[in-house]
Amino acid sequence: MFQFASIKDFDWTMFFVSMIICGLGVLQIFSATHDTVWQGSWWKQMVYIAAGILLMWIAANIDYHALMTQVYLLYISSILLLVAVLVIGKRAFGSTRWIALPAGIHLQVSEFAKIAIILLVARFLTELRTDVLELRDLLKLAGVILLPMALIAKEPDLGTALTYLPVLAIGIFLAGMPWKYWLAIGAVALLVVPVGFASLQGYQKARIVSFLDPERDPQGTGYQLIQSKIAVGAGGTWGKGVTKGSQTQLRFLPVPHTDFIFSAFAEEHGFIGVMLVLILYFVLLMQIVQNAQTAPDRAGMYICMGVGALLLFHILVNVGMVVGRMPVTGIPLPLMSYGGSSIWSTFLMLGLVNSVRVRRFVN
Amino acid sequence: MRFPSLEPHLEQQPQPGKIQLRDDPSFAATKMAAFQYIAVGVFLFLVTGFWELQIKSPEIYNERAERNRIKALPIVAPRGKILDRDGRVIVGNHSTWSLILSRENLRQEHLHEIADGLHLDYDDLVRKVGRYRNRPKYEPIIIKEELTPSDLAFVEAHRDPETFPEMELIESQRRLYPDNGILAHAIGYTGEISESELDIPEYAKYNQGQIIGKTGIEKEYNDTLMGIDGERQSVVDNRGKEREVLGIKEAKPGRNIQLTIDLDLQVVAELTLEGRRGAVVAINPQNGEILAMASRPSFDPNKFAVRIKGKDWTELTSDPGKPLVNRAIQAQWAPGSTFKPLVALAGLESGSVDQDTNFQCGGGATFFGHYYKCWGTHGTVSLHKGIVQSCDAYFYNVGNKAGIDNIAYYATQAGLGQKSGVDLPDEASGTVPSPEWKLRNFRQKWFAGETISVAIGQGALTVTPIQLARAIGGLAMGGVWHTPHLLISGTKTEKPHEWALNPENVRNVVDGMYGVVNEAGGTGVRAKIPGLDVCGKTGSAQTASNEYAKTHKDVKDNAWFVEYAPCHNPEVVIAVLWESAEHGMLSAPIARDVMAAWFDKKQRLAEAESARQKLNPATSLVSAILPTLKEPSQAAGNAGPPPAEGTH
Repeated sequence: MFQFASIKDFDWTMFFVSMIICGLGVLQIFSATHDTVWQGSWWKQMVYIAAGILLMWIAANIDYHALMTQVYLLYISSILLLVAVLVIGKRAFGSTRWIALPAGIHLQVSEFAKIAIILLVARFLTELRTDVLELRDLLKLAGVILLPMALIAKEPDLGTALTYLPVLAIGIFLAGMPWKYWLAIGAVALLVVPVGFASLQGYQKARIVSFLDPERDPQGTGYQLIQSKIAVGAGGTWGKGVTKGSQTQLRFLPVPHTDFIFSAFAEEHGFIGVMLVLILYFVLLMQIVQNAQTAPDRAGMYICMGVGALLLFHILVNVGMVVGRMPVTGIPLPLMSYGGSSIWSTFLMLGLVNSVRVRRFVN
Repeated sequence: MRFPSLEPHLEQQPQPGKIQLRDDPSFAATKMAAFQYIAVGVFLFLVTGFWELQIKSPEIYNERAERNRIKALPIVAPRGKILDRDGRVIVGNHSTWSLILSRENLRQEHLHEIADGLHLDYDDLVRKVGRYRNRPKYEPIIIKEELTPSDLAFVEAHRDPETFPEMELIESQRRLYPDNGILAHAIGYTGEISESELDIPEYAKYNQGQIIGKTGIEKEYNDTLMGIDGERQSVVDNRGKEREVLGIKEAKPGRNIQLTIDLDLQVVAELTLEGRRGAVVAINPQNGEILAMASRPSFDPNKFAVRIKGKDWTELTSDPGKPLVNRAIQAQWAPGSTFKPLVALAGLESGSVDQDTNFQCGGGATFFGHYYKCWGTHGTVSLHKGIVQSCDAYFYNVGNKAGIDNIAYYATQAGLGQKSGVDLPDEASGTVPSPEWKLRNFRQKWFAGETISVAIGQGALTVTPIQLARAIGGLAMGGVWHTPHLLISGTKTEKPHEWALNPENVRNVVDGMYGVVNEAGGTGVRAKIPGLDVCGKTGSAQTASNEYAKTHKDVKDNAWFVEYAPCHNPEVVIAVLWESAEHGMLSAPIARDVMAAWFDKKQRLAEAESARQKLNPATSLVSAILPTLKEPSQAAGNAGPPPAEGTH
């Protein structure tokens, strides 16, 4: 199952784009933490990235078909690990998301379970032989995805749980579904929103309310949104320069090296820097879509598109939050935010895309 | 579970054991393109977000970032000290901590706990915060001054960003007034500028939250005493921790002012009045300097220095003794017999009587069909005897002869019926009745009988202690009435009111007043000080009509005493009012103690100075000008029971 593909076939555009994004992330982590207790984060992030590249390389060299055969094993072990998190996980910042490994590494299982979900959706949809999705299949698929989502939401980590939805959505969208189902889903969603809102935790409700009207409670949950907007706005066209952003340096900006890293980046690098990074992300996404388009089979296509949809969702929610257009959800910006789990799962997903790419001429 | 495929090439290489995965993905090409467009849409959505914040209106956010970053804390300027004439501190300051609320992080729901923690009234606090609604957000609110150690502990424990980030501490100065209410009325007190004061044009220069003088000297010389607050601008982080100081505008302290008050004399005056209702004013008639000004009952201005509690305020304002009234300048009472020297002067100056004119006193006299009683039977009474024994019948006749117009004219010249012009707010003007006055105020004709009452200082005539001291002092000066003032070399260098009196007439009145204190039968012999020429005049003034007094036994006469020394070129004139003490002679010892204190001190200073010159010219004057205070003899102890014949 381990095939070394040609170096030439590797998606170098994607690789370099992601390297630049990672590099800017490291720079921003340095700037945001250089005189704080997290000041060693930037080189730790470099280590994570180096390990991530290795993981990507390994993933690229594994035939994704082989992974597909193991998908139920992957899925079941993911579920078991998520349950384990709830039982023996490490609690921090009010939620239990991490499993402590030796050497001080804390793995966020929900980040890795994404990969199993992407593969599971790909396999499930590939095995269908109908042109459109039947209701029975739809419910089956939704069921197997809602289970890990429910476990993650229980941590509680609603933001990460929600990142599983775009994988499901893109799969259904590509597989094809009668328009009346879409209508039905829309109607159910409309009904579920108020009920769901009522069942949210207090802080989650507050986040949504303050997203809709942040100035209503400027010291409470609206604080992060307001401070983030101030940071972005203060950056102006050219930015304040590395280590010169007052919102970042004086820590008015919450967690400026993880969830709000793009806000810190926008303050110190301005609109120009923001445009550069957004273009890089766009190029990255288009590369992934292109790999989907040239995939040798449906499975490869589903994998690539699953990765693409998931990354797009991450970017939309995280960057949207930074400019106050999305509620505060606490999900990281792929490749930029500090954190091993996020970096590794992203590189693993990029590795999967490459695994598809290098096998596009097989047949 | 396999379906027949429409795409035959998929069937070509079925591999057993492996899931059938090979399939052409091109069926979804359109949908993948659609995803690309969705991605474009998402990125445009995000870019417009940045466009709006960073390109369209970065100034707003820049300004807000600056306001986050830069904190301006007021540096409260200390008020100037108030010194006595020897440079001793009467009112000083001491440093304290004040709590301010930064309104940028203020959360309404915290107020309850903050009020609890600092023992403030919650409703007061809410009202206070509400008053700042229309002020710029960066202006902080001082909510409590003079923090106690337990307040400080509360603040330090709760000012972190998670609990009450709005709390900030600043160092400030708190006014320190003398204990026991000494000089409280003249000094007044300070307080935070009120909402209604802010609406007054003269107060437009002040800002909300500033501490200003509310009464007395504190109010009169507020602009001198008040400094200009400074400001400390610094860069702070999200925890309010200072990272860098951008600039400090130092506070400009208020200027000190020196009063004409002699603290030693003041203390004696306060002690002699202790436990009584009344006032003592001591003035140097040669220049108008007020040497002592006491009013009792008094209050503790330190209670106002921070923020007077509602309970204390109610207690002060509902006290029947009216402790907030400065009786020295605000108590308007009939002067009684202390008015007689002025009536005598009016008679002499107008030529109605001379020093040899005699009238008969048979225990009273009849005018216009009414019998007016005298307090005794004095037989044949001349001017001198009339003053010394305070014969009412004599002065009924003088008044009757001179007429109300003359009396009113001379009283007005001596400064009665008008504010003395002392540099204190809210002085009362008293009343000098006259036919014009009555017509103007009551639209009534003057009755001749009223003149008889006014001639002995009764009727509608009222004066304040400071007016009486000034009037008698100016008379003794031969017709020079200086404006009394408290600021030692202040702006009050107005020219005195001078009016050439016949020295002969002045001498006759002065001789009479000398007799009051120094001759046998004088009503004010209790004011006598061996070795000192003291002139004086008693006054027992009715505070209600005779009819009213008959049915209300508790209504007692006010005891007045006015004196000066030496008799010629006097240095000090003292007026004493003791409310409801019944007999003017009872006030004489009070005046005597104050007078004695002044001349004792003068003598001690002179002795110390000569000793210094003899022994060691280098010795400083400090020991000489800071004499230890002797406990003055209590006037009440000396007074004893009034003599059987009674005095007026």
